[in-house]
Amino acid sequence: MFDVEKVRADFPILEEKIYDKRLVYLDSGATSQRPVQVVRKMDEYYLRYNSNVHRGVHFLSNKCTEANEEARETVRRFIHADASREVIFTRGTTESINLVAFSFGEAFVHEGDEILVTEMEHHADIVPWQMLCERKKAHLKVIPFLDNGELDLGQLDHLLTEKVKLVGVVYVSNVLGTVNPVKTIIERAHAVGAKVLVDAAQAVQHLPVDVRQLDCDFLVFSGHKLYGPTGVGVLYGKEALLEQMPPWQGGGEMIREVRFERTTYNELPFKFEAGTPDFIGIIGLDEAIKYVQHIGLEEIAAYEHDLLRCAMEQLKQIPGIRIFGEAAQKSSVLSFALGDVHHSDTGTLLDKMGIAVRTGQLCAEPTMQHYGVTGMVRASLGMYNTREEIDIFCEGLRKVGKIFRLG
Amino acid sequence: MKTIAEIEREIVDEFAIFDEWVDKYAYLIEIGSGLEGMDEAHKTEENLIKGCQSRVWFHAEMKDGRLYFTADSDALITKGIAGLLTRVFSGQVPGDILSADLKFIDEIGLEQHLSPTRSNGLLSMIKQIRMYALAADASLKSEMK
Repeated sequence: MFDVEKVRADFPILEEKIYDKRLVYLDSGATSQRPVQVVRKMDEYYLRYNSNVHRGVHFLSNKCTEANEEARETVRRFIHADASREVIFTRGTTESINLVAFSFGEAFVHEGDEILVTEMEHHADIVPWQMLCERKKAHLKVIPFLDNGELDLGQLDHLLTEKVKLVGVVYVSNVLGTVNPVKTIIERAHAVGAKVLVDAAQAVQHLPVDVRQLDCDFLVFSGHKLYGPTGVGVLYGKEALLEQMPPWQGGGEMIREVRFERTTYNELPFKFEAGTPDFIGIIGLDEAIKYVQHIGLEEIAAYEHDLLRCAMEQLKQIPGIRIFGEAAQKSSVLSFALGDVHHSDTGTLLDKMGIAVRTGQLCAEPTMQHYGVTGMVRASLGMYNTREEIDIFCEGLRKVGKIFRLG
Repeated sequence: MKTIAEIEREIVDEFAIFDEWVDKYAYLIEIGSGLEGMDEAHKTEENLIKGCQSRVWFHAEMKDGRLYFTADSDALITKGIAGLLTRVFSGQVPGDILSADLKFIDEIGLEQHLSPTRSNGLLSMIKQIRMYALAADASLKSEMK
């Protein structure tokens, strides 16, 4: 049984006071908090075992290497990949996508080809593809979304042609909360021979993800939105594809033999891991995933679903509110505008009440343009948020409305 | 013409009647709403303050050796802050603007907006005003030569 109070006890930051008010943290979509288990594990490795991974002959190096590789196995099980060599550690979602845009692009994208993304992508799943298209004289095409926040899949018929080499699609929109039907999109894309990259940065912390069941070619996410450390991310890729892709960055660990005449590269996954990785961060990510698995993603999803429904109902009662994103399948993100109050004003006033939300373009300018706004206010939920916090948040919004004399 | 320090004192006195932060912000919003704004023609890229989450413009004009500022923003709290700054600095001579030691921001409890990383960029606004003053001061000095 999911016990939110028990979960909260693992996150001491939630007891912090901001301007003498208890923190209400509604910005987990930007970065989640970390439980003490993760911080302690990283502390332990910094204080007792720190030593560079791989090829070390001594005890400490082996200890860290084993933990680093155990983390890879934990990630493999977490996303149900076939093999741990399909799991590549990166600095985060953005780096994972850039890696694919470069390496997949080098191997498979040519002049006149197309890359397809959705209108609701985060900039990190737009810009690397634009750079690739520029490099290869390829074209970026866009799957639009409807005003309710759902993708306009009817457009796939004419957008998905054999020119498309790769489709980049966000699993859960960081603005609209829409849980996209990625499995359907993957099937459709595969039918024309296109590969699919799933941006799961806002998904892995909210719902069970199974790369085999999805049959995605690439899946990427970050540690720090998954109750883990910053600076660590994951790229999952199908082995057969990764084998055909050239390395991205050169340096240590990714090589087999270095000769001035010709250097040969290491096998997967190390081929894509140049330089010393953030192994202590990786070990922290391992602990974060174990923490989430111990609680259970099904339980987390069910709890957050209730919380979201309760928050949506309450939000809709607030005078002047305009909610962006009301897809039937929606995850823990609430983006809105309060009358014509500027998002930064709303955010500033909520902040004074101890409520942390995000405001602005939310790294998704095309989504802003879709609704013709310069920014939004976003509350994003984590498994540690409570109904009481939703009450405080909505009460805060009413207060902001009063200051601005709305309704 | 009142000095910068005198105008600052006035502002501090006005804000002193509010005990609650809510009322201070409501007053700031009122100032923002009441601010005349600026000529659309002056809302240029050059006058736009970088580093703000909301858009803020500052325009400066020199008249008889004094600088006159107009400001605008799409966010009212930011516009209110901008309004306080134009009230303090408009009509002053560049040398006084450059040597001003702003105290009212701390005293009315807005110091948290001063951090350079704050999204409403109060610090950037002050920097911009000082840049205008610096340029005006330099041109005044070269005229005198």
